[in-house]
Amino acid sequence: MPDVPSTPTTVRMTYRDAARAGIREALQRDARVFLMGEDVGRYGGAYAVSKGLLAEFGPDRIRDTPLSESTFVGAGIGAALGGMRPIVEVMTVNFSLLALDQIVNNAATIRHMSGGQFSVPLVIRMVTGAGRQLAAQHAHSLEGWYAHIPGLRIVAPATLEDVRGMLWTALDDPDPVLIFEHQALYNMEGDLAAGAGPVDIDRAAVRRRGDDVTLVTYGGSLFKSLQAAELAMAEGVSAEVIDLRTLRPLDMETVVASVRRTHRLVVVDEGWRSGSLSAEITTRIVEQAFYDLDAPVVRVCSEEVPIPYPKHLEDAAVPQPGSILAALKQVTAAEGGR
Amino acid sequence: MSGPPVLDPQHGRHLLAEMLRIRRFEERCAELYSAGHIRGFLHLYIGEEAVAAGAMQALAPEDAIVATYREHGHALARGIPATALMAEMFGKQEGCSRGRGGSMHVFDAATRFYGGNAIVGGGLPVAVGLALSDRMRNRPRVTACFFGDGAVAEGEFHESLNLAALWRLPVLFLCENNLYAMGTRIERALAQTDIATKARSYRIPADVVDGMDVLAVEEAVTRAAAAVRGGEGPAFLELQTYRFRAHSMFDAELYRDKAEVEQWKARDPIEGFAARLAREAGLTPEERRQIDDAAIREVQEAIAFAEAGTWEPVEQLTSDVYTPRVPEADHA
Ligand SMILES: Cc1ncc(C[n+]2csc(CCOP(=O)(O)OP(=O)(O)O)c2C)c(N)n1
Ligand SMILES: [Mg+2]
Repeated sequence: MPDVPSTPTTVRMTYRDAARAGIREALQRDARVFLMGEDVGRYGGAYAVSKGLLAEFGPDRIRDTPLSESTFVGAGIGAALGGMRPIVEVMTVNFSLLALDQIVNNAATIRHMSGGQFSVPLVIRMVTGAGRQLAAQHAHSLEGWYAHIPGLRIVAPATLEDVRGMLWTALDDPDPVLIFEHQALYNMEGDLAAGAGPVDIDRAAVRRRGDDVTLVTYGGSLFKSLQAAELAMAEGVSAEVIDLRTLRPLDMETVVASVRRTHRLVVVDEGWRSGSLSAEITTRIVEQAFYDLDAPVVRVCSEEVPIPYPKHLEDAAVPQPGSILAALKQVTAAEGGR
Repeated sequence: MSGPPVLDPQHGRHLLAEMLRIRRFEERCAELYSAGHIRGFLHLYIGEEAVAAGAMQALAPEDAIVATYREHGHALARGIPATALMAEMFGKQEGCSRGRGGSMHVFDAATRFYGGNAIVGGGLPVAVGLALSDRMRNRPRVTACFFGDGAVAEGEFHESLNLAALWRLPVLFLCENNLYAMGTRIERALAQTDIATKARSYRIPADVVDGMDVLAVEEAVTRAAAAVRGGEGPAFLELQTYRFRAHSMFDAELYRDKAEVEQWKARDPIEGFAARLAREAGLTPEERRQIDDAAIREVQEAIAFAEAGTWEPVEQLTSDVYTPRVPEADHA
């Protein structure tokens, strides 16, 4: 019998490990890269993403900051202008609101306001989303807000490959990139190719092929959507699941191509429905593929309520496989026009 | 200036009881967290009891309290029933915030307890506004605003101190300096670690107080609150204390030495004060046990209350996002 190669081609790890591997690689590859944020060093990161990096790279490149979100995000902008490639970690999107001025009024505008003289090659990582009963100041999904802002690129890695590989591409981007990591994903385990490396931050990905309905989602809702698609299959509904990956700019080409085949659309978004990313996607489909639709678009979003603390209410407030399945059934049950 | 704090035997026993109520409550919360009854983030006040217990003595019912996510002690000492507080931890609708807030978001109108804010520094501007309303309505009330050393680095700290001083607003800023913001020790966060100096730079009178000594806290807060109530503008106290437990239940405590924790535990605010009561006010071991038993019983009853509490029906999920409109007739 021929020898079976003994080197493993994949490594089992968590999403958290994959995120850390991406940061390590960036720090090793480029001396201009450094990580800065609250408790990223000695504490090991609020979500333990940067655990061990201080020992490996030292306090100059793994910088603990005071509780000063506006200032350390602004300092990231300045350092980027000064030729560095900072990775700024904001503990959660909720606290990024203290830095909103720097992100929206500086990071996103300097390129434009300077007539193209200065770019801001800054990466900001932050945690988003509900699921751990952290209540209304630690559980919101505000990435849709940031996706409103020209000058920013917004990405939401939902897989190990993406959380490992988007960082380098983001650092390579000459403009500010915000990376949203959903808190429910950190403990997710999977197999990552041993040689995994940078991935694009332009295109949506079809995570499951299907014929009857297109389901568009991203981030923490991807795996719930895939679960729902699996359940729907058992009931005879074949759903195509698209992971947006990049929330700004939106890869509508991939979405439109799918809708042209399936003629039905469900959008799953952990943001609130009103004024949301799901509204944007729906509108663009209405603009670009209205006559391809056989049924009204159905959206599964968070209920219009600050995320409550008790588990049963938190669960009821955000999209779940059950509500996504119901949407898939609803949209496919509607009379087809053709 | 008053002399050294006098130890009134009756009041001393009350203070001891207040601190023990908090300690026993927090100890049970830790257990209940491990057992899964309390979820989310849980931040314990163990080691810091003298601050809330002492400070609340000096505040009147009409005063307002603004606190952080580490606020169980303040809530208890302020008079929020342990039952409603524990039910809140459980997320039951009998909780003081109807279960919607949990450990980090305790609110109670009856005691003018305005949270429970889990955005570091987020409470300070709110306290300034509460004080502004009192000022504009000529109400001789104090807004007591508790926050940690970590908040001192936030812009909102500086903006709030400046505005309160500029407009001479009746805010009592109470900085609980426990030396750490999560894993970041104060020297690694503040270029000037003398926090009271910062307050003085905004022309706010500021004192440094031993936050492990409940009498010292009570005395300092009484004095500062009187000045604030008397219309002298804001006041500032830095209460030096220490948390004996981890920052929250997720913290591996990689950032501090066991020896340091032990040193501070030797200054346990409860043990120290109980010993002084025994020495100077005749507290007997039997009395101490009775006080402790009462605290344990109160917490036990609170847990029973929380366990018997009910889950809010899911149909009410989107309630309390907006205020119900009162029918026109009711305005008449
Ligand atoms: C604006 C903001 N940034 C970060 C956090 C995360 N966080 C929660 S508590 C904490 C430490 C705060 O320390 P301190 O103010 O000293 O209060 P302590 O926990 O010591 O009582 C941090 C960084 C937060 N809740 N809000
Ligand atoms: Mg502190």
